[in-house]
Amino acid sequence: MSIAVPGNSVATIYIDDRGYKADPKQNLLHACLSLGFNLPYFCWHPALGSVGACRQCAVKQFKDEKDTHGRIVMACMTAAAEGTRISIQDPEAIAFRAAIIEGMMINHPHDCPVCDEGGHCHLQDMTVMTGHDYRRYAFQKRTFRNQYLGPLVNHEMNRCIQCYRCVRFYREYAGGRDFNVFGLRDQVYFGRQADGVLENEFSGNLVEVCPTGVFTDKTLKQHYTRKWDLQMAPSVCVHCGLGCNTTPGERYGRLRQIVTRYSREVNGYFLCDRGRYGYEFVNGEFRIRQARLTRDNHPRNITKAEVIERLAPLLAEGRQVIAIGSPRASLESNFLLRTLVGRERFYAGVSDDQFRLISTMIEILGGGPAHSPSLHEIELSDAVLILGEDITNVAPRMALSLRQSVRQEPMQIADKMHIPLWDDHAVRQPLQDAKGPLFIASPAATRLDDVATQTYRAAPDDVARLGLAIAHLLDDNAPSVPDLPSEAHTLAESIAQALKKAQRPLVISGPSCNNEAVIQAAANVARALCVIGQRAGLSFTMPECNSFGLGLIGAPPLSQAFKTVRDGAIDAIVIVENDLYRRAPVRSVDAFLSAAKDLIVLDHLLNPTAGRATLAIPAGTFAEADGTLVSSEGRAQRFYQVFVPEGDIQASWQWLRDVMAAEGREEGLAWEHIDDVIAAMAVAIPALAQVQQAAPGATFRIAGQKVPRQPERYSGRTAILANIDVHEPKPPIDPNTPFSFSMEGTHNQPPAALIPYFWSPGWNSIQATNFYQTEIAGPLRGGDPGVRLMDPTPDLQGKYFDQVPPAFAPSSDEWLIVPLYHIFGSEELSLSAPAVAELAPQPYLALNEKDAKRLRVQAGEQVTIQLDGMAHSLPAQIKAELPLGIAGLPVGLPGLARFSLPIRSVVEREITSPHTS
Amino acid sequence: METPLTKNIPSNGNAPLDLKAYEKAGGYESLRKSLRMPPNAITELVTKSKLRGRGGAGFSTGMKWSFVPMGKDAPHPKYLVANADEMEPGTFKDRLLLEGDPHQLLEGMIAAAYAIQADIAYIFLRAEYKLAAERLGRAIAEAYERSYLGRNILGSSYSLEMYLHVSAGRYMCGEETGLLNALEGKRANPRSKPPFPPVSGLWGKPTIVQNVETLCNVPHIINNGPEWFIRLGLTADSGTKLYGASGKVKRPGLWELPMGTTIREILIEHAGGMRDGVKLRGLLPGGASTDFLTEQHLDVRMDFREVQKAGSRLGTGTMIVLDDHTCPVGMVWNLEHFFSQESCGWCTPCWSGLNWTERILRAMEEGRGQPQDLEKLEFQTKFNAPGHTFCALAPGAMEPLQSALKYFREDFEQHIREHRCPWK
Repeated sequence: MSIAVPGNSVATIYIDDRGYKADPKQNLLHACLSLGFNLPYFCWHPALGSVGACRQCAVKQFKDEKDTHGRIVMACMTAAAEGTRISIQDPEAIAFRAAIIEGMMINHPHDCPVCDEGGHCHLQDMTVMTGHDYRRYAFQKRTFRNQYLGPLVNHEMNRCIQCYRCVRFYREYAGGRDFNVFGLRDQVYFGRQADGVLENEFSGNLVEVCPTGVFTDKTLKQHYTRKWDLQMAPSVCVHCGLGCNTTPGERYGRLRQIVTRYSREVNGYFLCDRGRYGYEFVNGEFRIRQARLTRDNHPRNITKAEVIERLAPLLAEGRQVIAIGSPRASLESNFLLRTLVGRERFYAGVSDDQFRLISTMIEILGGGPAHSPSLHEIELSDAVLILGEDITNVAPRMALSLRQSVRQEPMQIADKMHIPLWDDHAVRQPLQDAKGPLFIASPAATRLDDVATQTYRAAPDDVARLGLAIAHLLDDNAPSVPDLPSEAHTLAESIAQALKKAQRPLVISGPSCNNEAVIQAAANVARALCVIGQRAGLSFTMPECNSFGLGLIGAPPLSQAFKTVRDGAIDAIVIVENDLYRRAPVRSVDAFLSAAKDLIVLDHLLNPTAGRATLAIPAGTFAEADGTLVSSEGRAQRFYQVFVPEGDIQASWQWLRDVMAAEGREEGLAWEHIDDVIAAMAVAIPALAQVQQAAPGATFRIAGQKVPRQPERYSGRTAILANIDVHEPKPPIDPNTPFSFSMEGTHNQPPAALIPYFWSPGWNSIQATNFYQTEIAGPLRGGDPGVRLMDPTPDLQGKYFDQVPPAFAPSSDEWLIVPLYHIFGSEELSLSAPAVAELAPQPYLALNEKDAKRLRVQAGEQVTIQLDGMAHSLPAQIKAELPLGIAGLPVGLPGLARFSLPIRSVVEREITSPHTS
Repeated sequence: METPLTKNIPSNGNAPLDLKAYEKAGGYESLRKSLRMPPNAITELVTKSKLRGRGGAGFSTGMKWSFVPMGKDAPHPKYLVANADEMEPGTFKDRLLLEGDPHQLLEGMIAAAYAIQADIAYIFLRAEYKLAAERLGRAIAEAYERSYLGRNILGSSYSLEMYLHVSAGRYMCGEETGLLNALEGKRANPRSKPPFPPVSGLWGKPTIVQNVETLCNVPHIINNGPEWFIRLGLTADSGTKLYGASGKVKRPGLWELPMGTTIREILIEHAGGMRDGVKLRGLLPGGASTDFLTEQHLDVRMDFREVQKAGSRLGTGTMIVLDDHTCPVGMVWNLEHFFSQESCGWCTPCWSGLNWTERILRAMEEGRGQPQDLEKLEFQTKFNAPGHTFCALAPGAMEPLQSALKYFREDFEQHIREHRCPWK
């Protein structure tokens, strides 16, 4: 795991009699792989450390130059200490490594050519590498029964080689409890106690953590393609605000899978399950694949040319057109839209609340003294305060980083005992269950509570008050909180102490409670820490993949657009990648959408807003378009088109550019490529000036060649379309990027932002990542991709927020209904992926036990709430931890329209249950 | 000849001395003496006595104790664990001490615990030792009653709590660190070393794990001094040792003899030699995980150094004797079956190699052996060598096999040649 260790020293080690530089705080396997040697391994994982189980990385170690005998040691369990002499090529070591594979192969199926892991199987690679090729074992293999593990992960235990990586990742790294190792000898079984859906939100990583095919991607299985047959490009996850780097793969026009695209600073080796499995919306039946014109309630498909032809006059200058951008559309698409209609007619497409909160957060990050950390930096934090966020359900991958952060402080125990920090199980002995400070204040329980030092369950205003009190304890100049209950005060004191004591304290908040005071409280704590000389981090979650970017573009919220429509006649509304019904009450949206004769919607899915469009235009998803997103860290990252979709699907910004060109507008003609758009954006919006540095431009070449999206061994190019035309089609041209839609091109390693997939000779699995890093688990060569747009203001001149909200007072007849989030269900696009939808909960209303008793409601019984003047009936769910007078309503689930929460509502028991009536 | 370890043990299998009788025989004297000494003085005494661990590895006991952090800043609680998970085939020496004189173990444990200033002591007992569990339980209760255990022992400021933990039963639990994991409620997998248990043991705290027989020696060393203890041994190793013999000998059993007694004396004088009509073919001197020795080694002295020089290990000092009416292949198969069953499944050479080894031996016994099998077995003995595996289980398992291949090769070849076990 990553550990913040001060001081860098360099040791000289000797590998087969040649001297090399190595980090003495690392082990020999780490050193050998960092130096580019082919040394096979299984149980070691760069993020999980060494445990010495598989014995695969054996080398011969010699005492000194004169020692000719040497002894076999495990590279992963031996420090790369100064003067260490080893041989990888020693015949005994070579034979030993082959024998380890032989032992594993005793039980492993001999079906590589037809096995679905073949071609990206680490075991296959390592077997070839060690040279083991002949079966001497003359007895039967052991067999296991496989388990049903849910819609995400497939189980095939007969392939298991007992490396223990899965259980170490699932339990020790990701904190899962429903998966374990059972049995012993050569009958060790990795699975659940009984069949059932894996509970951990990071279970999909088992697919990559497993060095062979015990755990495989169940969604890939449904449209299986070998890795070498996939067309791939670097991408960025669109299912939350964190901007995890991904590698989507496509064949035959369908997206097949998402795997992790390593980046040290952002997501490291892992993704969350929403990010990995949300992709299937791209292939979904709800896609808008062809432009659809609706006249007099008659929809018909029209061609791209017709779209442009019709749009140009509709949007011509002089006509009253307003446009709604989107926090899930790229910077380029939002910028093009703004350019098309003019700055004063462009609206951000988010609710007033969101607009206000996101603006506040961006202001704080830009104007405050605290640093917005990367996920890697979050992992290294040694004291964390979370205000108002359910991280696992809102910004899932961050939860995995926080699980590691609680190990930072206790890690000093191991360090003091001189246990090398890479020696994972040795480190865990003295640490046991010790956890560093992590405090979580939120209305409902979170999935990180199990590692929290203390939790605080309170209404959003009380969460804010706790935060403000902590800030005041840290610095007298921060406003004090009157009438804080003594237990909250005691908690505030211990949190303040922990943050003060830490080397790298971190405050996390965000817009999930929809409460500005919570965000301001977080800012005050971070500022107070900076004032007392701490190097504090301040991380805000962002609700969507480009909330930050849209905030930087800066445009008024939806209500302003609604007002414009009410104030005067509007000819046309253009909406880009935004379902307004998720953002405002139905009636307001209905009124707004009906206000203009022409409603033009560019989007991926036929959502309720697109369903109302007079002209629905097929907008390319992340996999079919190029663009830039700004993550919650403030990092602008490029995503690249993975494949050329069927029909007229193209990026929203391309549609808008084409329209402007048809109108004869200068920009439309001048902005030929995305680089032109980004350059113009840099001039028009100073906050986005640096976006150009996020990745090399379209003209980038390596020795005159483009970077191929397809692996060298991509097969069937001449056959794929042979049923239509026997002539091999010319690969599509990509003028926007340095990538080609073919296997031709450079074989050299591209810069970090342009890595279409990880592969190295002999390393076909994702473990090839090793060869793209400056050192193992270090930054990608040339630096991790993306550019940070936001840096703190170093001086401490700014002021504290001084509004202190009053304490929440439960009322006898109304409940405060707060939003609850679900990793599977609360995000719009992933909900159209069947595997994710299967895991989404049904809508419910969560109540405290006492409140439920008061209402005489039991779990599962229907209750009614009043939202926006309408009654809604929901089954009650009991959440014992909810504060009195607070009810929770899940956000974004199908069947639940978008409400602005928190809201006060009566909650009533339904007299007749719908089941009995 | 002095027999400090067994002097109180009734030879007729009767119940052990109760606390009163034990005290009358001089019991718990060492405890009173210890409590008047500074803790490190006891460690020094034990170091001087050259007492070496009787569980098989033979590590210097005093030196091990000296690794425990002492003083004001030392982490607490510290632990002392008596390893009573005696499960090696052919080994039954601790059982005698546990059943025959439980207070002796307790006295040794309290002194050892005091020496390292442990707060809590555990007896980790093999589940099948039901009688021992009963007797230990009673002894612990008696010791608490007399303030030999608990708060402020005998009015000193030293306190020690003691628990009897009955294992759920796996051979791996007898491995020092596997035992600690099991005691913590985890899988009995061995731990990564370093850190060693004296620094980071049970629940990450300083812990001494010591074999029962080792601990039983401690009171006598304290009472009689290290020089006395050194004089008990006949060779460089000090003290007495419980030696045993099983197999087709006239009087299988267990005897406390001076350390360094010859194999011949144990086998002929004490075990009465081979049964009539059978001849000695070989013996495993220290339990199932030691190399075979043969007739030519009868004058080897049973101590740590001499047995090693002869190509085996003293191990637990309890020999298993192979006679000419027993199939050596079948015997080794039996042992390898045990070891392969008990592999924890952590490291590849062990879980894959022991299973393979066991299957080959079974095939040979069942007449399905192949000429290449000997080469495969030889290969496994090298593949599972010390250092290649995570712990000592598999290398130990290879010891009887590698020496059987050396001394009884013809028997293996005959199995393969004749497609049958010649003894069947």
